Amino acid sequence: MSTVKLTVNGKAVSVDVEDRTLLVQLLRDHLNLTGTHVGCDTSQCGACTVHIDGKAVKSCTVLAGQADGSSITTIEGLAKGDELHPMQAAFRDNHGLQCGFCTPGMIMSAVDIVKRHGGQLDEATVRHELEGNICRCTGYHNIVKSVLDAAGRMKVAQAAE
Amino acid sequence: MYETNYHRASSVDEAAALFAKGKEAKYLAGGHTLIPVMKQRLAGPSDVIDLARIKELVGIEVAGDTVTVKAATPHYDVAASDAVRKAIPALSSLASQIGDPAVRHRGTIGGSLANNDPAADYPAAAMALGATIKTNKRSIAADDFFKGLFSTALQDGEIITAVSFPVPAKAGYAKFPHPASRFALTGVFVAKAKSGDVRVAVTGASQSGVMRSAAIEAALKANWAASAVDGVSVSSSGLLSDIHGSSDYRANLIKVMAQRAVTAAG
Repeated sequence: MSTVKLTVNGKAVSVDVEDRTLLVQLLRDHLNLTGTHVGCDTSQCGACTVHIDGKAVKSCTVLAGQADGSSITTIEGLAKGDELHPMQAAFRDNHGLQCGFCTPGMIMSAVDIVKRHGGQLDEATVRHELEGNICRCTGYHNIVKSVLDAAGRMKVAQAAE
Repeated sequence: MYETNYHRASSVDEAAALFAKGKEAKYLAGGHTLIPVMKQRLAGPSDVIDLARIKELVGIEVAGDTVTVKAATPHYDVAASDAVRKAIPALSSLASQIGDPAVRHRGTIGGSLANNDPAADYPAAAMALGATIKTNKRSIAADDFFKGLFSTALQDGEIITAVSFPVPAKAGYAKFPHPASRFALTGVFVAKAKSGDVRVAVTGASQSGVMRSAAIEAALKANWAASAVDGVSVSSSGLLSDIHGSSDYRANLIKVMAQRAVTAAG
């Protein structure tokens, strides 16, 4: 057993876990943050994507201990109270989800993509960079549309700040 | 996953000491090959020693005709490095094709080489460019490093600290990725050294891991052009055959990827 200290969605937490605990297990089973999903459990599908120190990673392939001392953002940490994050709002407005299982991972990856590329996003880049997130419902079309829409909104929001 | 004990090392010496103390210890960097294997219970190390936060193991140096990537540098950093892109664009391109952005944020060059997965990308670059793998004990030439499926010349407890790539005259990498995992169904790295020597390394295709293709090397040495590979016959003997592709299919992919790699190299 080890004590893992993290900042999760802005709050400091300290959790005693077995050393074999995965970050996704810590989030879901110990902190009840079940928005982060486990799909393939083999780092291919991306449903478990969260941000560690601002970078998108697959939390099913990270030991909780590896994240000790880091700052984690999950899907639950994006909205400001009742106000959805622009990426969440864009997914809703563009019908970017159907069953919704992949959506938390899609949104976490998408926020990371927009952050890294800023306003320089085109459809081909979004499709290439979303290769690590698998959706079995939408055919990706509206997901890509959502990400591009959100990229515009996030740029506007940034400019306003 | 079996029970294990997690340790975070802050120096290479500390990591080696922790390894010696463990009963069946394993090093961990990005964890993107070890953790999946542990989850399948194909590995059950008593101790995992995390190298990822060791400062001396992270970074990229370009000096003269050599690009040195320290072992715990994530793929994303290699792909994003302007210095690497300028010196060896093919290496930068290879790094940008590993997995997906989330995988590239974690996976490291040292981990990829130490694991020597038969479908990993970096072994092809190391082999074709004639890289030198530096460890906490010695330097190993790529030709002597890869010892077949998941095995390398590394001794028990030895830690890769950096990989040095000589800057080639021309190089290119092309792979046919598995659509979900992005591992190479077949990937080919072609390199023409400044000495004129041509080396071609193939990953993802052989039952014994990364290999060189003497036939394609000879063809490209005579004529550095994609069309030079047209007449080469690649044997399917010893190639992988699975649900993703037969050995004959992979033999053909070796030619096609070699041609694309030459085209990319220019």
